[in-house]
Amino acid sequence: MRIGVVTFPGSLDDRDAARGIRIAGAEPVALWHGDHDLQGVDALVLPGGFSYGDYLRCGAIAAHSPIMTEVIAAANSGMPVLGICNGFQMLTEAHLLPGGLIRNEKGSFVCRDQRLRVQSVETQWTSAFEAGEEIVIPLKNGEGGYIADRDTIQRLEEEGRVVFRYLGYNPNGSMNDIAGVANERGNVVGLMPHPEHAVEPGFGPDTSAAMRSGVDGLRIFRSVLESVLA
Amino acid sequence: MPTIVVEVMPKAELLDPQGKAVAGALQRLGKSEFTSVRIGKRFELTVDGPVDDSVLADVRDIAQTLLSNGVIEDVVAIRTEDAE
Repeated sequence: MRIGVVTFPGSLDDRDAARGIRIAGAEPVALWHGDHDLQGVDALVLPGGFSYGDYLRCGAIAAHSPIMTEVIAAANSGMPVLGICNGFQMLTEAHLLPGGLIRNEKGSFVCRDQRLRVQSVETQWTSAFEAGEEIVIPLKNGEGGYIADRDTIQRLEEEGRVVFRYLGYNPNGSMNDIAGVANERGNVVGLMPHPEHAVEPGFGPDTSAAMRSGVDGLRIFRSVLESVLA
Repeated sequence: MPTIVVEVMPKAELLDPQGKAVAGALQRLGKSEFTSVRIGKRFELTVDGPVDDSVLADVRDIAQTLLSNGVIEDVVAIRTEDAE
């Protein structure tokens, strides 16, 4: 299975995402924002970073870049697409996911190992989790406050499309403690925390077992393998 | 050449942490008569040629699709300014 990772000017975590994909057992494929070519991949990751220096709005200019024509078409035809942090912002700017991300409530950049609850295992990116499972993966953002109008929030809750929720501490003022959401079909998922930074023992969050041994992010990439190969 | 000005503000019901930070600074400076601050954006689009209805229609479209995000912001003004 081949999973594309799109690099935009200012992407930071594209290589970490590729590494997570490789550790999960798939082949990462480097894609370029300026191309109109998905190179026949089976799934897509829009990585974190500060595309275009966060100019205009986070993810806004990237959402209009050439490759997004193909990304939007693929997403609408059911290809699994994951947006992490800045990638999540791009997916909202491209209207593939509802709502938007605004500056953190307290105004400052937050970087921490974040507890989350996996609220939905019905998406192509979360099928390898147990419903309601608690996980810990790193979070690092300045503009991660998830907002949407009341009707949209209600619909997301009712349809089980809140995929991840902050547990214990809401780091950015997100409505309903929302850390990640899915589209109706469950193939497009966006989240602010970074699963690709919790994929290999020695480099993840601390756990009760050992320092930096947390690999909870890995199952996001394993989930898509299972969904696509199933 | 004429310039078209587009102004975009964060939606009134949303928290504007930038504005809140500036309001806090004003309080610390003793300017307590200013109770709140909101920060928006002003875009200046220079046009090569006359500003006709088709250009204005284009600007309205650009303002909604690129310059603002209707989920979090409102376009509050579009106007033409003639610069010498």
